[in-house]
Amino acid sequence: MTASFTSRRISPRASAYALLLIALIAAPWVGLYPVLGTKILCYALFACAFHLLLGYTGLASLGHAAFLGVGGYLAGYGVKAWALPPELALLAGLAAGALLGLVIGFISIRRSGIYFTMITLALAQMVYFLCVQIPQTGGEDGLQGIDRGLLFGVLDLRDDTAMYYTVLVIAVACFLFIARVVYSPFGQALQAIKDNEPRAISLGYHPPHYKLIVFILSAALTGLAGALKAISLGFVTLSDVHWMTSGHALLMTLVGGMGILSGPVVGALALVVLENKMGELGTLIAGATGIAWFTTLGESVMMVMGIVFVICVLAFRRGIMGEVVALQQRRRGTPASSSTTSASREPQP
Amino acid sequence: MTDAVLETRGLSKTFLGFTAVDGVDLSVQRGHIHALIGPNGAGKTTLFNLLTRFLEPSAGEIRFDGTAVTALPPRQVARRGMVRSFQISAVFAGLSVLDNVRVALQRKLGLSLHFWRSVRVLDQINEQALAILDQVGLAELANEAAGALPYGRKRALELATTLAMDPVLMLLDEPTQGMGYEDVDRVTSLIKKISAGRTVLMVEHNMKVVASIADTLSVLQRGRLLATGSYQEVSANEEVIRAYLGGGRRGGTAA
Repeated sequence: MTASFTSRRISPRASAYALLLIALIAAPWVGLYPVLGTKILCYALFACAFHLLLGYTGLASLGHAAFLGVGGYLAGYGVKAWALPPELALLAGLAAGALLGLVIGFISIRRSGIYFTMITLALAQMVYFLCVQIPQTGGEDGLQGIDRGLLFGVLDLRDDTAMYYTVLVIAVACFLFIARVVYSPFGQALQAIKDNEPRAISLGYHPPHYKLIVFILSAALTGLAGALKAISLGFVTLSDVHWMTSGHALLMTLVGGMGILSGPVVGALALVVLENKMGELGTLIAGATGIAWFTTLGESVMMVMGIVFVICVLAFRRGIMGEVVALQQRRRGTPASSSTTSASREPQP
Repeated sequence: MTDAVLETRGLSKTFLGFTAVDGVDLSVQRGHIHALIGPNGAGKTTLFNLLTRFLEPSAGEIRFDGTAVTALPPRQVARRGMVRSFQISAVFAGLSVLDNVRVALQRKLGLSLHFWRSVRVLDQINEQALAILDQVGLAELANEAAGALPYGRKRALELATTLAMDPVLMLLDEPTQGMGYEDVDRVTSLIKKISAGRTVLMVEHNMKVVASIADTLSVLQRGRLLATGSYQEVSANEEVIRAYLGGGRRGGTAA
């Protein structure tokens, strides 16, 4: 990551990000329903936060639903019970994620691999059952009708477009923050620990410090994503703390491409759109093929997700963005085998 | 008295009743290249793991540079200047060659937990990192991905990373293992070169390497230290000949 390395690669990458940003800014004006856009951005932030841990630290957490859900519940409860303004509710969600991340991270990072995954899952399930039991979460009903309110007392978020842009600004800021973490001295140390932990120790590093910090950062951003989702969509339910939501983050990351900053964004976009537009897609296919069965596709979201996952694992393991990067490198003449490693370490725009 | 940089007293390690390292009294002289040899399973790597505290000794004590390090965690041992390499090549595959060395240098800058700062703050150590890479002949490959290097170069990079710690004592676990003749010669002269002003303790199977660069040899067998001395002394030792050649059946090893 020296100067020559940066100048050689920055331009196509930066222009791609600029295009994506322009597309996101223009989206509501060219027909994207802002609430769907808001939902995509919330899940993109969720997936990016999850990916900070999986892609750059090598820790596969199945507990991230707890951070998303608790962040959402606290923000929603804050608005409903204490009439918090949205900015404070969002901060509360962030803080809740960070605090819960400290506790769950402290316990789980001592183990690695499948043991780490299982501990995060177990602790997140405890959070789930807590959310089922306590009255503040509304139990099976969840929290409904959370008022968006006025941001900083001026911007009326009840307007869907204003809400969309607010979420966009926050999501972009978080994305830049994640990019900074990945390309910081801390990020270098994380990569070293991920690649070879005993070697990092032999160079004087204490991996648990690094893992705990990145775990808390990831959990805090996930809590913020949950709070954003609660406020923008107006509800929080038990499905937000359910372990399948953690699985969703994993799926988005794998579909989008692991080890690439933009991977989870693309993965979230693909899956949220697929999930929301499945019915329309089914009707479309049914019309085109004449097979009436496809009209029922909207009711079998889980099945289609499963198929997407299988296809992704079997056919394109690098994920969407991974394939894009590999294609670019093949054109440039660099071997595709090193694509995942070098791509993951390319400089930020 | 001679000046020992590393000393162990009665160092032992027992795994579920099996004694891998048995009462080893090792003394490594400052400035020497000290080779540790012995048949497979003699406990050489276990001894390395004990010295660098990757394993907890069952008994005995370790003194490094005048202080007891027996109770320290491995990262503290490393920070005091006893830095090890690994038997299996240990580079950070996802980082560039330059970044591999910078990772070893950056911790001392106190920046390593700074997740909010750009990686560009590390440019201040580029010169230092390149100078170290130059010593092992990797300066031109600084921007390559470490994972894409050929095996011999990876070992050289590992040496560079170890050197970046400015170690008092380098522990090299089979630095020439799995290499062709050319690479063996290159790494051997490299070790000789970088050992100037430092102490090296290395596990090595290649007797040609040992004979050419080691000042002192220690022979380990079944966890016990059989002999320590110069190459001539050790190769004349009756016990060592028995251990290596299986009771004088010379034909057995020549085949």
